[in-house]
This record gives sequence, C-alpha cells and structure tokens, in this order.
Amino acid sequence: MTTAVREERPGGTGGALLDVRGLRVTFGGRGRRRRGGFVAVDGVDLTVGPEETLGLVGESGSGKTTVARCVAGLIRPDAGGVHFEGRPLGPAGRRGAAQRAVQMVFQDPRSSLNPRLTVASVIGEAWRTHPAAAPEGDREVALRGLLADVGLGPEVADRRAAELSGGQCQRVSIARALAVRPRLLVCDEAVSALDVSVQAQILGLLAGLRRSHRLAMLFITHDLGVVRQIADRVAVMRRGAVVEEGPTDEVLDAPRHEYTRALLDAALDLNGPGPEGEAA
Amino acid sequence: MSGPTTAGGTGRAGAAGPGGRAEPLLRVAGLSVGAPGGPRIVDGVSFEVPEATTVGLIGESGSGKTMTARAIIGLLPGGVEAGGTLRWRGEDLLGAGPGRRRAVRGREIAMIFQDPLAALNPTQRIGRQVGEILRRDGLPRREVRRRVVELLGLAGVPEPEERMRRYPHEFSGGLRQRAMIALALAGSPALLLADEPTTALDVTVQARILRLLRSVQRERGLAMLLVSHDLRVVAHTAHQVVVMYAGRVAERGAARQLLARPAHPYTAALVRSVPAVRTRSALATPLPGSPANPAERPAGCAFHPRCPLARERCRTRVPEVREVAPGRFSACHFAAEVFGS
Repeated sequence: MTTAVREERPGGTGGALLDVRGLRVTFGGRGRRRRGGFVAVDGVDLTVGPEETLGLVGESGSGKTTVARCVAGLIRPDAGGVHFEGRPLGPAGRRGAAQRAVQMVFQDPRSSLNPRLTVASVIGEAWRTHPAAAPEGDREVALRGLLADVGLGPEVADRRAAELSGGQCQRVSIARALAVRPRLLVCDEAVSALDVSVQAQILGLLAGLRRSHRLAMLFITHDLGVVRQIADRVAVMRRGAVVEEGPTDEVLDAPRHEYTRALLDAALDLNGPGPEGEAA
Repeated sequence: MSGPTTAGGTGRAGAAGPGGRAEPLLRVAGLSVGAPGGPRIVDGVSFEVPEATTVGLIGESGSGKTMTARAIIGLLPGGVEAGGTLRWRGEDLLGAGPGRRRAVRGREIAMIFQDPLAALNPTQRIGRQVGEILRRDGLPRREVRRRVVELLGLAGVPEPEERMRRYPHEFSGGLRQRAMIALALAGSPALLLADEPTTALDVTVQARILRLLRSVQRERGLAMLLVSHDLRVVAHTAHQVVVMYAGRVAERGAARQLLARPAHPYTAALVRSVPAVRTRSALATPLPGSPANPAERPAGCAFHPRCPLARERCRTRVPEVREVAPGRFSACHFAAEVFGS
C-alpha cells in the first residue's frame, strides 16, 4: 500500500484530491452573463486532500449546498471549476471514470431512495451504472459485505426502502455510494434529518468508513457540533463566499471572522447557560 | 401483569397535600392518546407544569411528544381520542365540553408550531390575524390596532405598523415565527405550548427566537411547554424536563440536574449523543437501533431492545415511574443504579 503523499505543486493546491477554484453560480437572470440573477456562489476556492474531511458550514442561503451540487456535477457553474486529481470535472453524466469517484449522500434518505426498489436492486443499479466498479465474483457475497460495512444485516437486501427506518435508509444511501468505490463522498446535511440517537450512529459510521475505505469527504452541515466531530478542516460560508477556513479545532476555539463568532455565539451546548442564564 | 403505567409517584395528593403544595397550573396524569381499539400513541403520561415555569418535553420520532401537546390544547387529529386526566387550574379539561375547550384555547392555553406558514392564514394580513382574538372580545378598532402593534413589537417584529399590513408569505421564516408568537400572546394565555418552534430556523435566528421566548416567559410570568427533539434547545430554555420514549415518560425532573446526571439509560444515551460545539470531544458510542414505534411497542420496558443495561425483568415488566430523588422520576427498573453511577 502506498500512502498518498501531499507534494507542494506550483499553484499551491498540494496533492489535493478535490480542487474548487473561483466557483461562481448565478440562478436566474438574462443572457450569458445572467444579468439580474441571484449570485448564490461568488468566487469560492476550496480544496480537499486525500482522505481528508472538509466541513462546509453556513446558514440557509450561504451557498453551501450549491457548492456541493457543483462538486457532484448537478449544477454547472458560470465561472470557475472543479478539478479532481488535477483533471477538470464536467457535469454529471459526462465525467467518465471520475464520475463514480465522487458520490453524494443527501439529507433526506427517504426521498433519495426509490421506495419501491429493494435494497438489493438499489445497489445493483449502482453497479449497472458503473460496471467498472461492479464486483467480479459473487454479487450476493459482495452485497452482503457492503451491507455489513454500513452496519446492516443481510436480511435487509430484500426489503424496500419504504419498509426501512430513517437511519436504515441513510445506511442504504451510504452503501449505494460506497458500492462504486468512490474516493470522495459529498454529504449534504446527511445527518440533519435523523433522530439524535440515530445521528450519532451515522456519524460514527462515516468516521469509521473514512478510515476503512480511505475516503475523503466534503461534509455540508449547519451544525457546528457535527462539524467538530467529523471534520479535519472547516470552511465557513456566508452569502456565497468563504469567510473563514482552517483546522476545525482552531476555527471553533479561536474564530477570526466576526461571522464565525456570531455562529458560535448562537450555537447551543448542552452545558451552556440555562433559562436563568446560569452556566452548568 | 403489570398494568398500564399511571401516575406512579406524582404526588397525587395534589391540591392541598400534606406538604401544602398548591395545585399546579397544569397537571397531566395518566394521559393516553390513541384511536379506540388501536395502539396508544401516548401511554400513561404524567407530569406537571407549574405557573411561570418552562417545561421541556424531549423526545425522538414516535415518542408522542407532539400528541401530548395537542391533547393538552384539544387539537387531536380525527379518530384519535385522549384518556386520563388533564387538570387545568384544578378543572378537568378532558371532561369539559367543546365550548369550554374552545374558550380555554387561545385565551388560557395557546400554541405555536414548527411551521408558522401552515398555522397562519395565507390570505389574511398579519395584523388581522394577530388582532382576531381582540376583535372577538369586542375591542374598538383603534384599540385592536394599538394592541396588535404592541404585540408585534413585543415579539420583535421591526416596524410593526408597516409589517402588520403584510401577508405571511412576505415574511422570512424568523419573522413568521415572531408573528405567530404575537398571535399566541394576543389572548394573554397563562400557558404557551411551543412545538419545535425553532427547528426550521437558522442557528442565529433560533438564538434570537429562544431569547424572545425566554424573556416573554419571564416578563409575563408565562408557563411554557417546549416540545423539542433538540436537547440543547431544551437545556437552554427549560426549568424542568420530561423525556419521552415510545409514548411513555422515561424520566422527568429539574432540567439542569437531569441532564447532568440522568436516572434513565435513554436520557444518558441522548446526552452522550449530542455533539459539543465548544469542547473537543470524541464520538460517542451510539445506541443501537431506531426509536421504538408506539404501534409496535416492545413488551416490558419499551426501551429494552436498545438498552445497554437490559435484563430479564426489562423484557417482561413495564417499569413504573418512581421517584428516585426529590422531584426526580424515572421509569427504569434500575434507576437507582443509573442515577448512582
């Protein structure tokens, strides 16, 4: 096994797996310049190294989901671009081999899975879409292994998404992403809709998969507590721009930008001040 | 046979017990909710809401927390009935007629919801909706207008004279929630039921709405039942906490003490599951499985399939809610063990 070495290359992207440069996205507006449109993302630069998790935080309208969708190829930016292992990534469907290297996990596991398909067919579909990633040997065995990786028993294979709990659905979504052996997982509020006790399970699962599958992650969330637990680095977005970026603990322990401070001030902790203002 | 878990040791002596305790503003005792012959979505829930106190009702999906709040205000979905006891200032609410329930609703007990857009009328101006209850009281138009402006201002809506002429869709999520708070306060209720009032909001907006609710609660001496899945919101806002699981009370008591030292393994696991923002902490060992569904509630203690302490007794016997320390009630067979550890 060779470990990925981060070399400094001219341009300063190091050995970045994902390199987002000068990303700009406008919704609506007229003409090629999209005059009068809403600029959702305005000049965002981000990098994610191999096996690194970058947390992308911000409030609604900050543009964090738009960035995620550009990385997944679901939205075409008006300017700038997304490079993966040094090569430009086009829109989804025209990415060739890089297509399967970037997989996405969405917020609502129920609406991102076809409720009538069995879990086995959800995974089988992923393998049909990306034959290069399909198992060479016994598919049954591969399927069982995949389900075990996400903490599901083999009996789940014949169940339909509609029969599963929210947590199980999210495990299936993760299994579907893993089925095509991605290098980067884009998680868009992947634990936000889950019950607290289930959220802890999925966070633990993702943290484990990162190591076992050597995954990089772009983890979009509004929850600073979740970022603290899962991300190596964090980028804070506001109104389409990144206002602060750095190692997670540094940013959260000593925020530099006033907006990061405002977010931290508003974030609640279990042992914070109670209704009478007293601290625990 | 264990029978339904009823009030347990709620201090039923109530009204003028030996301790001289006054009847609380609201006393919920052995409350059950369900379709006749169907499973009990809420099963034998007991707790109290004292005057000028915020009680946090914590639970995950299927815990019955929202149904409990809806039973209190008398807005249960069709086909679902409430049983047990709801005492409002000593008066039996479940036995009261529809006229009396309507009179209580809005004027004595008001409710705000997670999604104000669903609760506000999209075709009416905000000011008209906030002033509805005042107009019904027969207040003159100018007085209604003055009070609406005052209420919107109190709820933190900027430029209330101008905003009262707007429609709900012209408001942001945070402003809508403020308008709904103004509407809820219009009838000068003594109890405000708040069902996930900040769940759909951004954190900075959430912080402002919670600050508003806390100050309104304090300044008006309002009692509040805050229903939430978010332990952090409850810890920040509530004096007392009721933790529900699969339609039953798992544990209840003073907020701070309960969260710092749980007496039920479910509470302990919930507390561990909350990711800290300000401190570096390792990932918690999560509970296995998903929250139990009341329709398929496991036998014995509903939590036993997920409980790290589960023993034989837990699989067969429904635990009673017992007082483990003054004011602290737990529905765990081994509450003393959990509380002592």
